Amino acid sequence: MRRDPMAYLWLTLGVLIFAFPIYMTLIGSTHDASTIGRGDVPLLPGPLGAENYANAWNGTGGGRIQGQPAGLMLANSLIMALCIAAGKIAISLLSAFAVVYFRFPGRMLTFWLIFVTLMLPVEVRIIPTFQVMVDLSLTNSMAGLIVPLMASATATLLFRQFFLTIPREYVEAAKVDGAGPLRFFRDVVLPLSITNIAALFVILFIYGWNQYLWPLLIINDRSLETILVGLTKMIGNGDAQNEWNIIMATAVMAMLPPVAVVVLMQRWFIKGLTETEK
Amino acid sequence: MSRPAPASHLFRGTALPWLLLLPQLVITGLFFFWPAGQAVWQSLLREDAFGLRSEFVGLENFADVLADPTWLASFGRTLLFSGSVAGLALVAALFLAVQADRNIRGASAFKTLLIWPYAVAPAVAAVLWLFMFHPHIGIFGRMLNAAGIAWDYKLNGNQAMLLVIVASAWKQVSYNFIFFLAGLQSIPKSVMEAAAIDGASPRYRFWTVVFPLLSPTAFFLLVVNLVYAFFDTFGVIHALTQGGPGKATETLIYRVYTDGVVNLNLGSSAAQSVILMVLVVGLTFVQFRYVERRVHY
Repeated sequence: MRRDPMAYLWLTLGVLIFAFPIYMTLIGSTHDASTIGRGDVPLLPGPLGAENYANAWNGTGGGRIQGQPAGLMLANSLIMALCIAAGKIAISLLSAFAVVYFRFPGRMLTFWLIFVTLMLPVEVRIIPTFQVMVDLSLTNSMAGLIVPLMASATATLLFRQFFLTIPREYVEAAKVDGAGPLRFFRDVVLPLSITNIAALFVILFIYGWNQYLWPLLIINDRSLETILVGLTKMIGNGDAQNEWNIIMATAVMAMLPPVAVVVLMQRWFIKGLTETEK
Repeated sequence: MSRPAPASHLFRGTALPWLLLLPQLVITGLFFFWPAGQAVWQSLLREDAFGLRSEFVGLENFADVLADPTWLASFGRTLLFSGSVAGLALVAALFLAVQADRNIRGASAFKTLLIWPYAVAPAVAAVLWLFMFHPHIGIFGRMLNAAGIAWDYKLNGNQAMLLVIVASAWKQVSYNFIFFLAGLQSIPKSVMEAAAIDGASPRYRFWTVVFPLLSPTAFFLLVVNLVYAFFDTFGVIHALTQGGPGKATETLIYRVYTDGVVNLNLGSSAAQSVILMVLVVGLTFVQFRYVERRVHY
């Protein structure tokens, strides 16, 4: 087949459209605030990169913004994303295992109770969920931030599908060896599930990191603020006099972890994405 | 359900499976069914001005919401916004996927360079586009103004809408790209070769062979993109325009937020949440009903 020169052109154009906003952000994070405020953002990096990032990290920008240290907000986001991912995977592994390897009264009911939750993203029921959190006095806490976001059926269904492909003879063999269900889970099911767990972890980490509306509602205490909420608070109404250099440095730090996860774990990412949506 | 498993392929017991299911059931019950029930219940109540007492008002909140011209305007705006985001993101992604599926060198490098925006949060996408299109400090915002176009998305509602649409679609293209590319690569080469031998032109082959084979993927993506535009774009709008100027970019989910959190009108906000739930359930139903490659039970 012949090579297709137009394809390169279009793909390069696509890559540039994706990359240019990031490039401008990187450039913006290396200049001083007044250069940007005057509207003179150059197209080449400036000399202040290290200083801006250090200021953003420590929250020492001074001036107009009252930002939290990005280091603290990144830590909050990291804890939130890791706990959501790990928690969802753990509860889903257990419930999928129960549904696939046992027959017990109420099995179909529990299955449907979990299945229905597929339909409603957290945003839809956000205000009533918030009130439940108030009733439980869980607002303004890391637990309140994390636990409600673990209620989702996607991971359970994915593991269920996968468990159904594990040869059933393994169960018989385990029984012959005198192994109970928990031992079977630990020694057979869990090791076989490693790639699925990794793929799901990548997707859920990004899902957790990118949560926005829920942290915005549930957290008032600024020491628990996540990086995304902190970032948009720094912008406020978008005045030209904002310390845009610090904001841009914070934006870069806010997107670096999930982007790095996607790029470095690309194979698992694509597997996880195409399989959770199937 | 799938094939029945013989007893030798199962473990015995009733307490253990319930114990294993407990964490998920508790979380689902507390943070899913309880709030969903509360939303339905509250949507039937109305609080007095001081929030001291509430009375049962039946479906009045729904009637009020559905008769409220500003809500209907939000609804229409949401359809316009979601349709534009989905359309733009789908067309751009399909186009790029077709290019990446061609016989080119470095296809995997291009793929990496095109998928990473998936990881950029909607709120961050908004910040990136704000920085380019800010009327005073943005490189393109200034260019537009210098070219004599009065560009200020903080004053002009249409411009604000355009900006939130582009920023939202920009982030969603890579998701669609991954699925379209996977769909294209699963089309057997022999089918394409047969069409080529029959003398069909590339364009004709695309519309008569490739596109019909991709249509389940495209339909599935359409639903996912609509759901994304309905809900996940809250971050884009909150960071970029706060629903303004006026109400020019206030979508339904943004309105649930302003009515419930800012204006503390719980009955109305709950009724709106219930309407949104019905919309999503409807969309999901359509998806399950018409897209066969979804899970089978």
